[in-house]
Amino acid sequence: MTESVIRVVGLGKSYATAAGLFPALKGVDLDIQPGEYIAIMGPSGSGKSTFMNLLGCLDTPTMGDYFLAGNNVAHMDKDALAILRNRTLGFVFQGFNLLPRMSLQDNVALPLVYAGVDKETRQARARELLGKVGLGQYAESLPSRISGGQQQRVAIARALVNSPRLILADEPTGNLDSHTSEEIMRLFGELNAEGITIVLVTHEPDIAAHAKRQVKFLDGQIISDHLTEHAPA
Amino acid sequence: MLKAMLGEAWLAMGANRLRTALTMLGMVIGVGAVVIMMAIGQGAQYAVQQTISTMGSNLFIVLSGSFTTAGVRSGSAGGPTLNVADGEAMAELDGVANVAPTHQGSRQLVYGAQNWSTQVVGTTPAYLEARAWNIVNGAGFGDSDVRSSTRVAIIGKTVAENLFGAEDPVGKTMRIQQNPFLVIGVLGSKGQNLDGRDQDDTVIIPLTTAQRKVFGTPFLGSVRMIMVQADSAEGMPKVMDNVTSLLRQRHRLREGTPDDFFMRNLSAAAESEAETTRTMSILLGAIASISLLVGGIGIMNIMLVSVTERTREIGIRMAIGARQKDILSQFLLEAVMISFAGCLLGLLIGLAVALGINLFTGMVIVISGSAALIAFAVAAGVGIFFGWYPAQKAAQLDPIEALRYQ
Ligand SMILES: Nc1ncnc2c1ncn2[C@@H]1O[C@H](COP(=O)(O)OP(=O)(O)OP(=O)(O)O)[C@@H](O)[C@H]1O
Ligand SMILES: [Mg+2]
Repeated sequence: MTESVIRVVGLGKSYATAAGLFPALKGVDLDIQPGEYIAIMGPSGSGKSTFMNLLGCLDTPTMGDYFLAGNNVAHMDKDALAILRNRTLGFVFQGFNLLPRMSLQDNVALPLVYAGVDKETRQARARELLGKVGLGQYAESLPSRISGGQQQRVAIARALVNSPRLILADEPTGNLDSHTSEEIMRLFGELNAEGITIVLVTHEPDIAAHAKRQVKFLDGQIISDHLTEHAPA
Repeated sequence: MLKAMLGEAWLAMGANRLRTALTMLGMVIGVGAVVIMMAIGQGAQYAVQQTISTMGSNLFIVLSGSFTTAGVRSGSAGGPTLNVADGEAMAELDGVANVAPTHQGSRQLVYGAQNWSTQVVGTTPAYLEARAWNIVNGAGFGDSDVRSSTRVAIIGKTVAENLFGAEDPVGKTMRIQQNPFLVIGVLGSKGQNLDGRDQDDTVIIPLTTAQRKVFGTPFLGSVRMIMVQADSAEGMPKVMDNVTSLLRQRHRLREGTPDDFFMRNLSAAAESEAETTRTMSILLGAIASISLLVGGIGIMNIMLVSVTERTREIGIRMAIGARQKDILSQFLLEAVMISFAGCLLGLLIGLAVALGINLFTGMVIVISGSAALIAFAVAAGVGIFFGWYPAQKAAQLDPIEALRYQ
């Protein structure tokens, strides 16, 4: 058996609120193997984003363990988490989250700056990835100049720039129309075909149908976990 | 990495030009004020030092006072209590370099159709030595001239210019109080003294000649003033003590009777003057530094606003792998760059204003490299000091909280 990309054991997160501790995630177990393509579904407030933020090392759990490529990250310090976010995984947000004052190329290259890569390599790599997502000709444009779907493709290029083996996406098509969503999902499909593990959150069954495995959340717990019946052609 | 960060800091500064410019203005004014005040302060110090060095070093004067005979004080109307022999005795004391009895007063000089009123000083050759005053044209007079009361004169530069114009004064004969005097030398220029009087507006003649022919004193051999130069600054107090006891003994003053002379330490007076300008200079600098402080607070204020405004950006950067120290250095660099740019501009403006002051008012200014260096160190320091808190605040943000920030 190969080493899991992600293995969570009894992972939980409680938020401190005015009304006391609120358990948004109540002990989740999940095992994700290299090359998997998983869609996480569930009603609003079921803890999907909370779970993704933990997987993305953006937040720390209040209980349980999280092994990312075999290392327990549940108790790592902030800088170690930053390095994991930079090298080991790429995160794609619903709201794209590009830096508005920077050119697309600089946006894509930014993770490389924090990885300490020299300028030449950074630029070459950023152009390469913009080409890969079909936006090579917009390298010098600002994010505000392109459409939402294009922005999301730039965000995916940025997530890929450090060659992570894992892409996490929280509702990546949530702000896009169905046609553009299809384009983005085709891109994820291609990446998965290259062997990159993909975990994405979505509310829409058509989107989830692109994934090979579907995990459903309810009230901070996993209620179902099965392979997609009709894998896309 | 650093280059990329500098570029980003530049971008961030350019994103809100007016705000950056206004923030910089605080630094510009602060640094400009410090540069100007330091230039003026150091200039004043330099001017005083310069003046002190023209006076001569380790000098004090003994002035004749009133003497008391059977309870009747003569006051200054009486004859001088000091005499030339007192001076000669002082010269024998240990640690005394020069002793010059002088008698001076204001008189009218005439040469041809020109006339000029100036300070006439009757003294001995030791006077020029004590004051380290050289003769640039011609020669001085000797002790023999003093003994035989020759009518020779050494004139200051101002007198030479006003009385003789373009002519060479040496060898010419001028008149003081109807008496013809042969000009034998011209003194080197000393400029103003501490009181602002032109030291070059003077004529120096042998003491005896002055007393007989110019001032016509009835007390020949007596003098109102004796200038004494000690060998060293450390030796001054001892020499002054010795002179006091020597004079009391020579004047047969019994214990309990007051001195019939005064002493004034010229070097000490000059030193206190120098001390005053030094204090003033420090005070000016300190006051100017307050504006630098205000400039720094301006930077801190704007950086705090900037951190709040860019919370989401910080969240995004953290999400893609920025460590705390990356965020910290980004904001710190921005603060330092604003501070530095303001400093550079302030330095240039300060220098221009200082030069302008010099040009239009003639006030002495001193621009030292160390002042510029200090200004830059301060700029970096202010940037780091006042940038630290906002940058730290940015670095401490929680990535997920920052990402949620709208
Ligand atoms: N920072 C927080 N503080 C307090 N409660 C929170 C916080 N973040 C989320 N929650 C709560 O935790 C629960 C799960 O939230 P989460 O964002 O994970 O839901 P979700 O499944 O992503 O929902 P959606 O589909 O609407 O995005 C919700 O009830 C939410 O109100
Ligand atoms: Mg969510």
